[in-house]
Amino acid sequence: MIPRHLIFGVVFMLAVVLGISVYMLRMRSRVVALPLAAVDTRPVAPPTVGATEEVTLYVADDAAGMLRPQSVRIPLPSGRQQRAEELLRALVNLYLEKSTSHPLPPGSEVRNVYLLEPGTAVIDTNGALADNHRSGILVEELTVTSLIQSLASNLGGINRVKILVEGKQRDTLAGHADLSDFYDVSAVVHMAEQMQSGQ
Amino acid sequence: MRWISALLALAFLFPTGASSVDEKRITVYSTAANYSLPVTVSTGHDYIGLLEILEPLGSVSARIDGSRWKLRYENVEGEFTPGKTQARVRGKEVDLYGSFLLENGHGLVPLVSLSTLLPRFLGGPVTFHETSRRLFIGSVATQFTAELSKTAPAKLVLTFSSPVNPTISTEPGKLHMLFSREPLVPPGTQNLTFGDKTIPGAIFQERNGAAEIVVTGTQPLMASFSNNGRTITIAAAGTAPAQPAVPQTGVATTSPAAQPPSTPPSAAPAPGVTPPPALPAAAMPAPVHRMLAVVDASHGGDERGAALTDQLPEKDVTLAVARKLRQELESRGISVVMLRDSDAMLQLDQRAALANAASPGVYISIHASSQGNGVRLYTSALPARAESYTPFVPWDTGQAASLLESQAVVSSVAADLRQKQVAVRSLEAPLRPLNNITAPALAVELAPPAKDLLDLASPAYEQLVAGAVASGVARMRDKLDAKR
Repeated sequence: MIPRHLIFGVVFMLAVVLGISVYMLRMRSRVVALPLAAVDTRPVAPPTVGATEEVTLYVADDAAGMLRPQSVRIPLPSGRQQRAEELLRALVNLYLEKSTSHPLPPGSEVRNVYLLEPGTAVIDTNGALADNHRSGILVEELTVTSLIQSLASNLGGINRVKILVEGKQRDTLAGHADLSDFYDVSAVVHMAEQMQSGQ
Repeated sequence: MRWISALLALAFLFPTGASSVDEKRITVYSTAANYSLPVTVSTGHDYIGLLEILEPLGSVSARIDGSRWKLRYENVEGEFTPGKTQARVRGKEVDLYGSFLLENGHGLVPLVSLSTLLPRFLGGPVTFHETSRRLFIGSVATQFTAELSKTAPAKLVLTFSSPVNPTISTEPGKLHMLFSREPLVPPGTQNLTFGDKTIPGAIFQERNGAAEIVVTGTQPLMASFSNNGRTITIAAAGTAPAQPAVPQTGVATTSPAAQPPSTPPSAAPAPGVTPPPALPAAAMPAPVHRMLAVVDASHGGDERGAALTDQLPEKDVTLAVARKLRQELESRGISVVMLRDSDAMLQLDQRAALANAASPGVYISIHASSQGNGVRLYTSALPARAESYTPFVPWDTGQAASLLESQAVVSSVAADLRQKQVAVRSLEAPLRPLNNITAPALAVELAPPAKDLLDLASPAYEQLVAGAVASGVARMRDKLDAKR
């Protein structure tokens, strides 16, 4: 004969387990249902402070298939590496505006820029920029050229640039533009000139 | 040290090419295009993708509507239900002689149903050689006659109703001519006997989407082409010039005749063989070099490329344009290797390795985009470098030594596109596998002619661009040959 208190105890524990299971299932479905757009894309670092400076960004225009130099004033820190990062973040922010001429995927950002001697820069973008980038030779070339030309023209002494995604090398940006190797800045300058003339 | 890995990659590629020889294929011959597709085997029956069969022939689209798969070819609607043995085309039931399959969005019909199904869509006659899987749409057959000249040395003259370019191989006592692209049909009988000691006979046979003529000989035989590829003369080795070698790369290769017009020697017809039209006697032509173009339809398989519209991936447009370009190049006497002629996926390094192995005169990569208008032509953004005479070329900069010729080809193609009122832009691009190609190379990116994106898939527009590209390349033939 099983004691009554033992039966009550087991039934109570089963009820608790069942209740917790139902609660966890509901919580799980709520997490799955969270929209991707809800990912917090706010910067984790405090906004850059300091005097604003005029820089030239090479801004892509999809409709014309061109790069256009655009002067903007942005706050730039004194450190060379931080300047490089702020410069490219300002460029990417332009592409995230609603009225942009070259939309990048929501959440796109430049994570870091590493400046290595002699004359080498490594741009590390996040996955959102590359994974959801529109596919096509011209549209990808515009992004790559815009990033490299904006960086090299404002920071002297850069001869070659490598683009990483989430700290890793990948073959192409979105199926076309080669990311497997270093870009020679002089070749990019030539590409940018072609794209500015709209030839 | 990337070239070492490239060599290793090449070593792995060749077994892949060899294994594909045994793959079941169907070849379709039509006035629009001749093409070959892989056959899917399911539950012991042969199946083929209906969309893939119709795609090169005209405007076609498919969608899944509930439990049904609907296909639209031009103005004809077809409705298929997975598992059902009947379909509805033009509002009437059609027997499929087997169940319809829907795999990953691809509608597969039994191969045996093509002779009844396709006439409903195409509105014209279709002849299907089931055992050899050769499908003739309309009156496209290439006829041939065989005539033996017994005057020493004995020569077998094969005369074809249109240019041919078979792959030729030999074994002791036999010379094989494999016609993988030509809609060749037998001349009444499949066994030809000539009653000659050197060349006693020949057999016509069909297998796996190709036709083959096997000539038997008591001495080693050699074949030579003349009359713009309409005549093949076979004689004992040493009495006729050899057929120029066609690169064997394990990928689809066709090679039209590019020889100057010439005529075979006249001869008396053998008993039981239809004589060809009388032709004046002439000397055998010298072997002529044929330029080879590698046409690379970018993307494929799971790698769909740009989503041009909801229903139109880049990979489909690039394949359609590549097939048209092949036709246009061949019609200008340029042999073509297609890196993919079906919905297959190739890695970028694989594409470059296959293209380089073919040692082409020119490499043309096809892309499509919804951005902008007209056509954009790209060369590699590498800095030009002088020709390297070392045995190895760096993989990452393989294109550098050919860059000047690549730019010349782009200028020539751009001129032809402008002549046809197509907006064109020439640019440099950091594009793979362009950087790894060791021959003159360009990428062609098609954008819609005007604002309507659907025009990008218009056969007329694609044909116009393919014609201009082929014309521009053909004009550069001498310069490209000189480079080789």
